[in-house]
This record gives sequence, structure tokens and C-alpha cells, in this order.
Amino acid sequence: MVDLAAVTSIGAGSVDAAMLIGAVLLEAAILYVGYGALEQALGPRVVKRLRGE
Amino acid sequence: MEILGLGLGMVLLFVGFGVLIGVLFGFFGMGGSFLVTPALLVMGYPTRVAVGSGLAFVFGTSVIATLKHRDMGQVDYKLGVLMIAGTTAGIEVGKEIVIHLESLGMAGSIISVTYVVLLGGIGAFVTYEALKGGGDGGIDHDTADAEADVDDIPDIAKKIQSYRVPPMISLRGGVSVSLWMILGVAFATGLLSGFLGVGGGFIRMPALFYLIGVPVPIAVGTDLFEIVFSGGLGSFLYALDGGVDLSIVLPLLAGSAFGARVGSAATSIVDEEEIKVYFGLMLLGGALAVAVREVGNVYNIDVLNTVSLVLILGSALLVSGAVVYSSITALREESRSSSPA
Repeated sequence: MVDLAAVTSIGAGSVDAAMLIGAVLLEAAILYVGYGALEQALGPRVVKRLRGE
Repeated sequence: MEILGLGLGMVLLFVGFGVLIGVLFGFFGMGGSFLVTPALLVMGYPTRVAVGSGLAFVFGTSVIATLKHRDMGQVDYKLGVLMIAGTTAGIEVGKEIVIHLESLGMAGSIISVTYVVLLGGIGAFVTYEALKGGGDGGIDHDTADAEADVDDIPDIAKKIQSYRVPPMISLRGGVSVSLWMILGVAFATGLLSGFLGVGGGFIRMPALFYLIGVPVPIAVGTDLFEIVFSGGLGSFLYALDGGVDLSIVLPLLAGSAFGARVGSAATSIVDEEEIKVYFGLMLLGGALAVAVREVGNVYNIDVLNTVSLVLILGSALLVSGAVVYSSITALREESRSSSPA
């Protein structure tokens, strides 16, 4: 006989794990966009300064 | 003040550590779990959490670094998918070998010795090739979209490319290799990865360059693309057992996202030969660190664990510092040579 409680807990564990990894992916996406915008805004000025111009 | 249940000092430490790893990851396409997991273990986190959080961090960083490399046209998706297929099969076989060795009670010592020999061997090889200069391994980082110069393709890769067993696969950088050779290399790197229980960036990136012959920037970008999948799957499996701690992963990722941008951007600025020496030395430092840790474990000398961590962190700090320093120097030289006399 199928142990419904065990199956449900495995399913819930998978959802929790997927949400955790989703949170990491979401942070990565936000950081990529955020740092990208920062790079566009400040990048040329920083590179100019590093070049000693 | 507490953020995510951690003190501010600890959060800043993780962010700083993340920047350091991000630079290496963005530049070389490796160095994630190799650095994070031992550091978390020495900090007292349980093995499951250290490995699981390390993998989740590697997953997040590889997503960011891959997107950045994609922007620069340095990801070969076809090669990446073939590598994933071959590597997955290799990992399974590697895992089976470990299980067999475990049943014989020989797994620990054989894996440790193989790890040290492989890490040290690749480190010595890369350092030798870089010091030799001008010959094999001399592809510049900025040749991503150009066809690879025949003189720049390593001899072993030329040999592998000469086996024209159909179907032939055209890769970025004007390289054409037999499908079976790609799958063979992917299987071998996967086997080592599964056998050693590591992500495998330090094996795969040199393999893509030295064995298949794709230019270094594409080897790095494609390796990172593959790590997105292996890191994602690995961290999901650990998260099922509660092995992923977001209070570790989130601040590390905040730092590494920045570092990965710096490291990825540096790939199109820095003269590779200069950095390859440091890369090789970092692998040698890593091999020494693993050897020291194993001796500590065998003879129960706790202080050797700390020595091992200092060796790893010292090597990482040295190399990421060299990447940043070389980038600034290259930018200054470029500015000087382009300004009118």
C-alpha cells in the first residue's frame, strides 16, 4: 500500500528545495541586472580613472 | 546588528570572500566549491551544509558569470550541451567506482592521492606551458569570435582534431572536432569529477582548451554554462536534505556577483600568459593544501586543517589580486599607447 504521508512529505520537500534554489536564482538575476545597471552608469568613469585619464 | 541571523562582521566577511571567489570564477571558470566548502568546514559548519551551500553558491555565481560571458559571445551552447551529456555519464561511472572502492575500504586514501596528483599535475602543466610561452597555450583572451590561429592550438588538441570520425561538429573559434572525441573528453572529465566529488571546473576548463582546442575565453564561458546545470542539480539534491543555508549563500553571492563581473571583464583585457602562471601556482597551492589537510586527518592534527585553509585562501587572494592588478596595468598601457606622442 502506498504511504500517502511519506509521498506528501517527499513532495513538500521537493517544493521547499526548489523554492530555495529559486531564491538563489532570483538573487542572481537581481544582482546581474543591478550590477549591470551600476556598471553602465559608473563603468566608463571608473575605467577612465583606472587608465589615469 | 544582525542580517539573516548573522552578525554584520560575518556578513561583510562573506561578501568580501564572495568578491575574491567571483573574480577567479569569472576569469577562470573555476574555483567555487574548491574554495568555499573547505572554508565553511573550518568555520565549523556541518559537512552537509558546507557542501550544499557551497554548491548553491556556485550555482548562483555561475548563472551570473555565464550571462556576462554570453554578453561577450564566449559561450558555445552546442559544445556545452554535448559536454553535459558526456559529463553526466562520466559522473555516474565515477560514482560507481567510488562505491566499489568504498566496499573494499580503499576509497578515502585513493581519492585523496588522486586529487592531490591531479590538481598538482594540472597546476605544474599549466605553469610550465605558460612559462615556456609563445607556443601551446598562447591563445589570447580576446580571440573569442576570431578563428583560432593554428599555431595557438595545443599539440594534443591538434591530434584529437585530426581524428575525423563523423559526425564532425563545428565549434566557435573555427574549430571542428569529431562528436565522439568531444563525448570522450566530456566522459573522462565527468568520470574524474564524479570520482573526486568535485565540480570539475579545474579539470574541464583546461580539457576544453588543451584537448578539444577551443580558445580560452570560450572554454571558460562554456565551462561556466555547464556548471549552471551541475551546480543547480547538486544544490537541489542537497537542499532536499536541508543542506543549503541561505544566510551563507546570499551574502557570498552578493560579493561574487560583483567579483564575477570584474573577472569576466578582465578576460578581454589581461594578457593571459601572465595570469596562467598564477593560475598554475594556485592549483599547486591547492594540491599542497589538500595534502596538508589529509595528513592532518590521518594523524589527527587539527592545526593542519587551518594551515590548509590559509594555503587555499592565500593562493586565491594572490591570483585574484594578480588579475585585478594586471587589468589595471593593461588599461594604463593601452591608454599610454593610444594617446598621441
